[in-house]
Amino acid sequence: MTIDQILFILVAAATLGAALLVVTSRNLIHAALWLIVSLFGISIFYVFLNAGFLAVVQVVVYIGAIAILMIFAIMLTRRVADTPGPRFNSNWIWAVLISVVLFGTISWIISSWPGINGTKPGLVEAFDPVQKLGVALVSPEAYVIPFELASVLLLAALIGAIIVAWERE
Amino acid sequence: MSDPITSIGNWIENLLVSLGTSPGLTVLILTALGVLVVISFVLVLDILLVWVERKIVARFQDRLGPNRVGPFGLIQPIADVIKLIIKEDTIPAGADKVVFNLAPVIALVAVLLIWAVVPFTPTLVGADISVGVLYIVAVGGIGTVAIIMAGWASNNKFALLGAFRTVAQIVSYEIPLVIALLVPVLLARTMSVQGIVANQEIWYIVTAPVAAAILLISGIAEIGRTPFDLLEAESEIVAGFHIEYSGMKFGLFYAGELLHALTIGALFSTLFLGGWRGPFVDQFPILGIFYLFIKAFFVYFLIMWIRYTLPRIRIDHMLNFNWKFLTPLAIVVLMITAITDKLLENVSGFGYTVIMLGVNILIVWITLIILRSYSSREREKVGEPRPVANVDVSNTAPGEGTPSTSSTG
Repeated sequence: MTIDQILFILVAAATLGAALLVVTSRNLIHAALWLIVSLFGISIFYVFLNAGFLAVVQVVVYIGAIAILMIFAIMLTRRVADTPGPRFNSNWIWAVLISVVLFGTISWIISSWPGINGTKPGLVEAFDPVQKLGVALVSPEAYVIPFELASVLLLAALIGAIIVAWERE
Repeated sequence: MSDPITSIGNWIENLLVSLGTSPGLTVLILTALGVLVVISFVLVLDILLVWVERKIVARFQDRLGPNRVGPFGLIQPIADVIKLIIKEDTIPAGADKVVFNLAPVIALVAVLLIWAVVPFTPTLVGADISVGVLYIVAVGGIGTVAIIMAGWASNNKFALLGAFRTVAQIVSYEIPLVIALLVPVLLARTMSVQGIVANQEIWYIVTAPVAAAILLISGIAEIGRTPFDLLEAESEIVAGFHIEYSGMKFGLFYAGELLHALTIGALFSTLFLGGWRGPFVDQFPILGIFYLFIKAFFVYFLIMWIRYTLPRIRIDHMLNFNWKFLTPLAIVVLMITAITDKLLENVSGFGYTVIMLGVNILIVWITLIILRSYSSREREKVGEPRPVANVDVSNTAPGEGTPSTSSTG
């Protein structure tokens, strides 16, 4: 086994273990902290795949913004952290069903992708993924329309937030 | 001879190869050694910072500062460290032990991680990654998590309030910080920190002074120093998130805060003051460390100067200042810099810098005009006569007035 493989197995185990603890831990804050560990593990996978930009964005967006927002919301909710309610409600069967279907679909899509059996390409000299990504996001042949759509969506959300928070005289 | 650290690195590499280690293991050992050297260097510097900070604050407050232990009190920080280590380590009742103990470690590590991308010399940099600037932002987010963990796990209302304030402040000030970081990225056409330094034939503080000022202000807010020290305001929430910490765990927070200030200084010098650039660096790259730390300590001094001469800002003013002034200004600066840069595609070198500087001065001038008209409007509003009591009281029917009136009538 190479060092790469050992690292991959360690990180995968940590990520999956943390993900399991997110759903099993009784304390909501602990669940949120385990979620941070799990998300951090995913960003390490991006590093393994030479996707430095995605790795860093994963940490900025998921840990720096979403996880902190979650912890903040949990802490603002009175007493929710120390009185855990029942762990299952009547909808658990549907949750299991949807999770299994989703997992199956994603596995099927990935396994039918031709690159699944290929080996990871090495880091090519003078290859700057960030610059390639930046050009792809604004070039008409690539992703300019999804990019602009996402921008419009975010702008709409921003305006919506301002309108909701507006103090009417 | 001109670049001793790289030579030592090469020597160790050759030694390992001649001993027969595999290439993968050699890289691993060299990387681990590099990490060890950088962290030890920075942490030893951190002990010295305690002395620097105490000595300079004493001068600002017209005192002498530590002067008993060793010459000029130089051994004082060692005495401080011994005191912190032998202090009783208390954990409050009802605290979440694991999270409580983990928080100070993460707080310090989040600061140390930034040094991975700071280039010390043209040849010496921890990791010259292509997303260096974004990496700095990401690592800052981990520091926020540490403070929230500390505030929550302490089982103390003041600590929790400190954590709330931290989220409000750090997450808000991250926005102008990130936008200001984008300006040097735009000017250098790269997110690699080493690349940004290499592109600074003329320091970016000349090309983009407004962005530099925004970075310094929001950087001070990120480390939570006066005037933005609401997260540990002594008079309001005692010590905020680290109220329950004692001994070396408090020491880790304290060391992290001091080091964070120097780190902001190093970042500022790297992005706007040319980093390792200085005379004779081409012949002797090792001089770069010297220049970088001179600049970093200068910015650190500026931060201390601001800290010890300004009072604490009020919490609503802190948020208003960010959302109504700093963020819009940062967005305007970024947009105007991008447009000017595109217009000046064929202008290079000196002319480019002069026009950029002129544009920045124009932005400052217009900002000042807007601020002045705003402040005169505010003054008029405050200056209007406001009745102390409610005028309509005389017209209300008996029994509808204040409780005291109804009870007597």
